Amino acid sequence: MERLIYMDNHATTRTDPRVLDAMLPYFSEQYGNAASRNHAFGWAAEAAVDRAREQIAKLINAKPREIVFTSGATESDNLALKGVVEFYREKGNHIITAPTEHKAILDTCKALERKGLARVTYLPVDDHGLVAPGDVRDAITDKTVLISIMHANNEIGTIQPIHEIGKIAKEKGVLFHTDATQGVGKIPVDVEAMGIDLMSFTAHKIYGPKGTGALYVRSRNPRVRLSPMMDGGGHERGMRSGTLNVPGIVGLGKACELAGELLESEGERILRLREKLRHGIMSQLDETYLNGHPLQRLPGNLNLSFAFVEGESLLMGLKDIAVSSGSACTSATLEPSYVLKALGVGEDLAHTSIRFGLGRFNTEEEVEYVCERVVREVRRLREMSPLYEMAKEGIDIKSFNWARD
Amino acid sequence: MAYSDKVLDHYDNPRNVGSFPKDEPNVGTGIVGAPECGDVMKLQLKISEEGVIEDARFKTFGCGSAIASSSYVTELIKGKTIDEAYAVKNTQIVEELKLPPVKIHCSVLAEDAIKAAVADWKGRKPGAGSDEKKAV
Repeated sequence: MERLIYMDNHATTRTDPRVLDAMLPYFSEQYGNAASRNHAFGWAAEAAVDRAREQIAKLINAKPREIVFTSGATESDNLALKGVVEFYREKGNHIITAPTEHKAILDTCKALERKGLARVTYLPVDDHGLVAPGDVRDAITDKTVLISIMHANNEIGTIQPIHEIGKIAKEKGVLFHTDATQGVGKIPVDVEAMGIDLMSFTAHKIYGPKGTGALYVRSRNPRVRLSPMMDGGGHERGMRSGTLNVPGIVGLGKACELAGELLESEGERILRLREKLRHGIMSQLDETYLNGHPLQRLPGNLNLSFAFVEGESLLMGLKDIAVSSGSACTSATLEPSYVLKALGVGEDLAHTSIRFGLGRFNTEEEVEYVCERVVREVRRLREMSPLYEMAKEGIDIKSFNWARD
Repeated sequence: MAYSDKVLDHYDNPRNVGSFPKDEPNVGTGIVGAPECGDVMKLQLKISEEGVIEDARFKTFGCGSAIASSSYVTELIKGKTIDEAYAVKNTQIVEELKLPPVKIHCSVLAEDAIKAAVADWKGRKPGAGSDEKKAV
């Protein structure tokens, strides 16, 4: 196989040709500003944005006016957290979240803490990465203004008990935000049934364009208020000023429409491919471990640790396959994945993890090829690994007296 | 991050992978690094009575640059005396493999592995006194 195989769909996805086709006229012909209320160009753009809002709202069971367009999920996360903390500062300053969240949440929390604007509780997660709803309940105080727990994890694919957390949030009258960047369009999301008050997501993870995301902001029961982070023309009900990215928004709308139509059949197909890959690899290689929850996980996510083989060297051997390493050895810090660490995965195993992200455009043939290549490469690297040799000799690697720097 | 052609070549065709029986008196074994740091190198040298490195073997757990550094070192030090091998500096490895700054630690580890293997060999020689650094 000559061509490159893309299996890193948690990082981003290929824009679906149907999405691109829907977007193109809004660059070249219908290039109006959706805020231009006094001519046909503006009306056409506004109509396109309204249609996108409906397509998006339908996918998540929201109302069209509850969709606030942003530049992506990072901005949506920032707006949700900072906007709520600022608006509700009279009520309190306490946020509840978890250590396995995306950096867009964790670094926003850190920034709020550093500025003295918020106090943050990081709930523990179990060895599958799950937050216990009871811990959420116990962490709520009369100063709690927001619970922010992600829907599905970007590294390990673990799906959090969103319904239960949403229910607790409602009971206690605390706002509930979820970063659903990896979940929306992949698994069912219903903001009403799940008790979600704010939700971040983005187009490029669901076969739409980069640079367009959204924040769902509940309008009733309760009506959620936010202080804007961007001041200007008062777009998006004053919550996010700035000329709307009409082609991007059309793309997000179309991507959501397609996701809604395909969700069930596509989810089943991808899950089957994922399981084929998992079984194919794990049945042929010993000392290979699944990270994350075995069942409550995204259909397209497979995160494996290949003991005794450093992740980056494995990626190097899989030159024609785009997957991602949890070892992050490319950074100067040499710190392995903080998500795996939070799960209690040992640092030695964290350095050996690889994330496979299957998506809409992956084929059975690709899965078979990837499986074969991974098995071959892991075997080759293990033959080269002093740790594998030691393990085979019965030496306990954990208690070995390593010459640490 | 793009790898240099030399790193890729050593990664694809590593030289002198393997092990010598580590209890033999003419074999010095150096194991450096730690699994939780993401790098472990095992370098073994077969050294003559006169202190000339006759053969070398390595096994490495680590990124491609770590594998390439240890592979290159086995080629570099074959035929050298232990004093010459001891004088090998990591900068030689960096230059040869064109390692970027974030990968300099791989070359440092390879230099340490040479020193550890030589020290181990010295410690095994009958009547060896100082410079004792048991590897295993």
